[in-house]
Amino acid sequence: MTVQSALSATDRLNLLRMMVLIRTFEEAILREYHADKSPGFDIGAGLVPGEMHLAAGQEPVAAGIGAHLSLGDAMTATHRPHHLAIAHGVDMRKMAAEIFGRETGLGRGRGGHMHLFDPEVHFSCSGIVAEGLPPALGQALAFQRAGTDKVAVAVAGEGAANSGAFHESLNLAALWKLPVVFVIEDNDWGISVPRSASTSVPSNAVRAASYGIPGTRVEDNAVEDIWAAVGEAVRRARAGEGPSLIEVHTLRLWGHFEGDAQGYRGDLEGVPGRDPIPTYQKHLTDAGILDDGAFTEMGAAASATVEEAIAFAKSSPLPDPADALKYVFTEGAQS
Amino acid sequence: MSTAPTTQIQLPLEPEAGRRKLSTAKAMVEAIAQQMHTDEKVFVMGEDVGAYGGIFSSTTGLLDEFGPERVIDTPISETAFIGLGIGAAVEGMRPVVELMFADFFGVCMDQIYNHMAKIHYESGGNVRVPMVLMSAAGGGYSDGAQHSQCLWGTFAHLPGMKVVVPSNPYDAKGLMTAAIRSDDPVIYLFHKGIMGLGWMKKNPRSIGAVPTDAYEVPIGKARVAREGKDVSIVTLSLSVHHSLDVAEKLASEGIDVEVIDLRTVVPLDREAIVASVGKTRRLVVVDEDYQSFGLSGEVIATAAEALPGGLKHVSRVAVPDVPIPYARDLEYSVLPTPARIEAAVRQAVAG
Repeated sequence: MTVQSALSATDRLNLLRMMVLIRTFEEAILREYHADKSPGFDIGAGLVPGEMHLAAGQEPVAAGIGAHLSLGDAMTATHRPHHLAIAHGVDMRKMAAEIFGRETGLGRGRGGHMHLFDPEVHFSCSGIVAEGLPPALGQALAFQRAGTDKVAVAVAGEGAANSGAFHESLNLAALWKLPVVFVIEDNDWGISVPRSASTSVPSNAVRAASYGIPGTRVEDNAVEDIWAAVGEAVRRARAGEGPSLIEVHTLRLWGHFEGDAQGYRGDLEGVPGRDPIPTYQKHLTDAGILDDGAFTEMGAAASATVEEAIAFAKSSPLPDPADALKYVFTEGAQS
Repeated sequence: MSTAPTTQIQLPLEPEAGRRKLSTAKAMVEAIAQQMHTDEKVFVMGEDVGAYGGIFSSTTGLLDEFGPERVIDTPISETAFIGLGIGAAVEGMRPVVELMFADFFGVCMDQIYNHMAKIHYESGGNVRVPMVLMSAAGGGYSDGAQHSQCLWGTFAHLPGMKVVVPSNPYDAKGLMTAAIRSDDPVIYLFHKGIMGLGWMKKNPRSIGAVPTDAYEVPIGKARVAREGKDVSIVTLSLSVHHSLDVAEKLASEGIDVEVIDLRTVVPLDREAIVASVGKTRRLVVVDEDYQSFGLSGEVIATAAEALPGGLKHVSRVAVPDVPIPYARDLEYSVLPTPARIEAAVRQAVAG
C-alpha cells in the first residue's frame, strides 16, 4: 500500500479545502492590510497596523499537520502563524479580531498577529525565532504526566534550526521521550538570507540523528507526503515512542512581511508555478475526484467563512485605552 | 477581568513564628515540600536539584521524598527547561524551576521575559503561567563577576514577573508558599549569604523561627524590620541584616534608624516606603544590585514623587556599576557593607 493510497478521496479533498481556506484568509488580510496604508506605505497606519507575515505558499504544511490533530493536542507556531492556527482549529473570528486589534480578539488586542494564544485548542505562537519550541516540551510533559496520548507539535522555520533553543529542545525531548513533533518549514529564506548562507547542512532533518530521533525531509511542498510524515510522527508520539523531526521544503510565495520588495530574491520568476494550491487542484482533478465546479464551491465556502470573520473583526469594539494596564498580572494592573 | 475592589482586600494574617528554628534553605524546602504534598501539580526541575539537593540546598531531601518524577534533574539547557516549565504551567501544572545562579539568566532570558512574563498579557488574560523561577543571587564569597550578581532590578524592570527576595527563614517559607500558589510567574531570588549553609560564612539571622504549618507572606507587602524615627533605610535580602546591625550599633549614640525590608521588588510596596520616609524624612537605600537604573533609583523616585520637598536627605549604598571583583578586598570595597551603610546613615542625620 502506498502512502498516498491511505488517504481517502474525502481526506484529499479536505486537505485541499483547508489549503484554500487558509489562502482565502491570507488574501483577505492582505487586502485589508493594504487598504488604508497609502499614500506612501505607512506600516503603523490603518485598520491592521504593524508587521504582517503572511504564509501564502506554506498551506500544505498546516493542512498536513492539522489533519492528524484533534481537540486537546497542542501546537506552538512561529511569527508567521495564521495557516497553522487555522489548521489547528483556532477560532477564526477571534483570530481576525486580534489581528485587527479588537477587544473581541484572542488576546483582547494585547497580542497582535505574532502573538496568538487560544487555550481552547492549546495553540500559541512566538515572535522570537526558535523560542516557541521549548514551551511545547512542557505541554507535552503535562500530557504525558496526565496519562493522555495527546501530542504537542512545535513548528519553526529553517532559520530556527541554527539556534540554541532548537538543539536544546530536541535533546531534552529525545532524552525524556516527550510526545512532541518538531516541524521545520524550510521556505528557503530567513528574511533575506538564503538557507545556503545559514547552514552547511543540506537538510535540517539530518540533525535529528544527533539526538537519536527520526528525521524526515519532505520535498516539493507535497501535501500528501507531509500528511504521511506527520502521521507517522504523531503515531510515534502518541504511542510513547518520543519525538520526531520533519522538515518540509515549502515556499514563501510573498515577502517576509508585507511591504518587503524582495529585491534579494532571485527565484521569484519561478515562484508562481510552484504555488501548491493549483498544483494540488490539478492533482486531484487528474485523479478524478475534483472538478472545476467543486473547486469553485470550495472557494466560495472559504470566502463566506473568511469574510464573516473579517466583518466580525471590523465591527468589534476597539480596546479601551484606559484598560492598557490590565492583564499584566492575573488580578489586574500592578505597580 | 474583575473591576477594582471597592473594599480593602484583607490579606492573610501571618502567623507567629513560634520557637522552632530553621535555616533559610530548610524553610524554603519545607514550603516546596508542603505545596507538593498539597498539590500534585507542583513539581521541581533544574540542574542538580535531585540527588545533589540544589547547589545552595534549595531542594535538599525532595528527591527522597517525592522521587524523580517530581524532582527532575535537567541537562544544562536553561532555555529548554525553563521553556518547558512555561508550557507545563500553561497546561495547568505548577512548576518550581531553578536557574542555578541568577547570573545565568542571559542564556535563557528570552524564555523568561518574552514568554513566561508576557503570555498572560498577550493573551488578554486568557492564559496563565503559574510558575516559580527560583535562583541564587548575591556575592561576598569571592565567586567572581559571573556568579555573584543580584540582578533583581533587571527582572523587575521587565513587566509581567513578580519578584520576591526574602531576607530570613520566616519570609523564605512564606514567600515560597505564596509564590507556588500564585497564578502569576514569580521570580524567587534567594541570597546565598542568608541560606544558612554550612560551607559559607553564616549570617546569624540565617537561622530563625519558622511556623510548622503552611502560611503565606503576601507578595507585595514590605515589613518594618525595625522601627525608628531619624532615618529610613529601605533595603532587602542580606542587606537587611547589615542594616539592622548598623541600626543597633547607632542606637547607643541616639540615632534611631528605621529599617524597611522590601521583601518584594514587584509589586513594590510604595506605600510602605512613603510611610516610612514621610515620617523620618531621611532616606538611605541599600541595595546589593548595581546602582544605576535599578531598584535604588526606583525607591528614591517613589519617595520624591510622593513627598516633593519633604526630604531632608537621600542617598544610596549600592554596587557602583562595576562587575563584582574576585579578590576579597576588592569585592568588599564595592558591596554594601555595614561600614558603608553606617557612613551613609551618619551623613544622613548630620544633614
